[in-house]
Amino acid sequence: MDAILSLEGVGKIFPGAVALSDVSLSIARGETHIILGENGAGKSTLIKLLAGIYQPDSGAIAFNGQPYQPKTPHDAQQSGIRIVHQELNLLPYLSIAENLMLESLPRRAFGVVDRKALNSRAVALLEEVGLDIDPRTRVEALGVAQMQLVEIAKALSYDSKLLVLDEPTATLTPPEIERLFSIIKRLKARGVTIIYISHRLHEVFEIGNRVTVLRNGRLVATRDLEGLAVPDLVRMMIGRDIADEYGFDARVVPGKVALSVANLKRDASTPDISFAVRHGEILGVAGLVGSGRTEAMRALFGADPKLDGVVEIDGKPVAIAAPKDAVRHGLSLLTEDRKGQGLLLDMAVDKNITITDLSKVSRNGLLNRRAEAAAANDLVGQLRVKASSIEQAVRNLSGGNQQKVVLAKWLFRGTSTLILDEPTRGVDIGARREIYQLLWMLAAQQKGIIMVSSDLPELMGMCHRIIVFSKNRIVGEVPRSDFDQERILSLAYQEYVRP
Amino acid sequence: MSETTVSAPVSPGRAKFLRFLVRDAGVLLALVLITLFFSVTAPYFATSGNALKIFVQIAINTVLAAGMTFVILTGGIDLSVGSVLALCTVVGATVMIDENLSPAVAITLALLACMATGAVCGFLNGWISTRWKIPSFIVTLGMLNMAAGAARVVSDNSTITGLPQSFVDFGNLIIGGFLPSIFLVAVLVIAAGWFVLRFTVFGRMIFAVGTNDEAVRLSGHNPDFYKVAAFTISGLTAGIAAMVYLLRLNIGSPIAGVGYELNAIAAVIIGGTSLIGGKGSIIGTLVGACILQVLSTGLQLLGVGDNFKPIVIGLVIVLAVILDAYRERLLRKIR
Repeated sequence: MDAILSLEGVGKIFPGAVALSDVSLSIARGETHIILGENGAGKSTLIKLLAGIYQPDSGAIAFNGQPYQPKTPHDAQQSGIRIVHQELNLLPYLSIAENLMLESLPRRAFGVVDRKALNSRAVALLEEVGLDIDPRTRVEALGVAQMQLVEIAKALSYDSKLLVLDEPTATLTPPEIERLFSIIKRLKARGVTIIYISHRLHEVFEIGNRVTVLRNGRLVATRDLEGLAVPDLVRMMIGRDIADEYGFDARVVPGKVALSVANLKRDASTPDISFAVRHGEILGVAGLVGSGRTEAMRALFGADPKLDGVVEIDGKPVAIAAPKDAVRHGLSLLTEDRKGQGLLLDMAVDKNITITDLSKVSRNGLLNRRAEAAAANDLVGQLRVKASSIEQAVRNLSGGNQQKVVLAKWLFRGTSTLILDEPTRGVDIGARREIYQLLWMLAAQQKGIIMVSSDLPELMGMCHRIIVFSKNRIVGEVPRSDFDQERILSLAYQEYVRP
Repeated sequence: MSETTVSAPVSPGRAKFLRFLVRDAGVLLALVLITLFFSVTAPYFATSGNALKIFVQIAINTVLAAGMTFVILTGGIDLSVGSVLALCTVVGATVMIDENLSPAVAITLALLACMATGAVCGFLNGWISTRWKIPSFIVTLGMLNMAAGAARVVSDNSTITGLPQSFVDFGNLIIGGFLPSIFLVAVLVIAAGWFVLRFTVFGRMIFAVGTNDEAVRLSGHNPDFYKVAAFTISGLTAGIAAMVYLLRLNIGSPIAGVGYELNAIAAVIIGGTSLIGGKGSIIGTLVGACILQVLSTGLQLLGVGDNFKPIVIGLVIVLAVILDAYRERLLRKIR
């Protein structure tokens, strides 16, 4: 095999965590190599090593037969490795052409930009990725999919030998994904080597030659994709029986309806939706990113305005115009954006926990710091939050412990129904298990739990029932006995595939 | 994505002490050093007469800065306090010189009128900026002009004199020979602010709103309420500062308070309160106000001309903000 890139025993250690350990891998010239792994498996660390953002603590990397030791992203680009990151790095107020050639704008005398050369070169590059747009268009006017293609075109403009795509389809719709795939195939035919990172298992078969699976910072296996199926990949990624991980508790039996939503309509252009969750039930909400799951939950909670709809709690209609109404009626929302919307990052653990109901630790408007500390310590112990003390700023906790603090603040308030939006995103496996256990404890206490997640195995492991969103619509409801990855996925895509 | 756990480098008790040292004691240390420097170098600086003068001079700014601290903690800014103060001085003076009222009644009514006028202006600042989601910088800039205009209308564009003698006497009073009455007022305002911010639910919410108002909203609160309240407090302290102005200068003037807002903001920032909100202390504000005045008086006594003085003071303000950035980095390490 003619290897364009090879890693020998590469490792990377962060204070308190081994991000990557003894990874040996070689990428064949011209292949499309898939890298799979859960959050925290080490995919991002691997990319950052290739991009020159991190340097390995052990092992060696060779690129084109030469030792590869980039100190900065610039070094990486010079060597011919180009990374298209998940967060796009385009400048919104510049034109497509300017973005494409920002690092080497064609110039005439006195440093004046040669617009003609700039735009004609841009047209050629855009053609390669199948984009038929005026290169003078400002990037801000583009959709995410188009921006992604511009990023790829930009990578091509530097005559890259190796293209790394980091979860390029995370925010794309199926037709856009199709288009991206046809471009990837075209690049492959031209001989470009591609490393493709994803956690959408079903899509990788279409474009990949080989797959490497990472788990907990270690390389599990590198295999030819031919002959493998989705369950094989899942087994490699998770490494054990799914049921173990989630600890589905058959003793928890759903009771009466806790919360029901009827004809919830966010705005004139979205269809209305209805669903209900029972006491002691974990209800899964599946769907693609952007399918309206998060938006529906936010509207229900009063976080965003809604046009119409009836919300009933324990059979009684309640008016929810703002989050404070929802909270008063016993609802809790764990937002998908933990840092931006869930936490007071620079404030201490105890202050984050008591913020939901300071009246419990005060009298006549005066805080009782001792009572506050006692309550916070209690919850920190109960949820096993790892912090040096309750006075530690939440910013310095790990993702899993931050998420536990968010849960603690709602437990402090006392809640009857919890809405959890991507509760385990960016949470390491150990803490994830603890969160699952906690959810089962809450379900056993007859609380209603709504769990929104992009992680289908997680939903299938945890939930009594799953409802599926597709293009703002609830297109189906699947009971636990009928759980099937393919079925749920086809429901999720349903509204996008239709003409 | 890989999770990294940060191990705490220091024990909680020591962290608390270090935090105090870096966050609060730093400004105090600066004040002590500056004071020592001028005591040694500037003639007459280390005299009781000069100390009294400094106490008298910082009173107004301290009161304004106390209210400003609340606003800046929520992440806002109040540019209107100087001209709101002017408006309050003419309103207060007009009430006080009413000959149909006994001095005691007139003074009480004037105090209430000042506080009410200021609070209404502050409330409007807060309400307009939250209701229409306009940056408070713009709204209070508008209020700066409106209040200045209103002050001229109320006073008919003239200075109001003839305040009751007992009021004037109280303004000149130096309690026990070392504590000017108006400085006492300033200290009381700071003490009240300190108590509210440190020990009350309301104070906690001010910090929380400044740290992340969206998280506060999604936790079931109305962050706008606290923002409006902070602006109302700033207006209220502008009204109290107007009474201090009347005590000190004995005239109500539509041109009072020009530029005071900038001194108040400077005191808050030097005192270590973060302009983005969520972090700071009102004791720091008092120290910040002291630093500004000690610098000003000290430079004057050193014979630094009026032209150079603002340059030095400006540099100190910039330096304070630079130090603040370093302090943040240090604090992050400790926590």
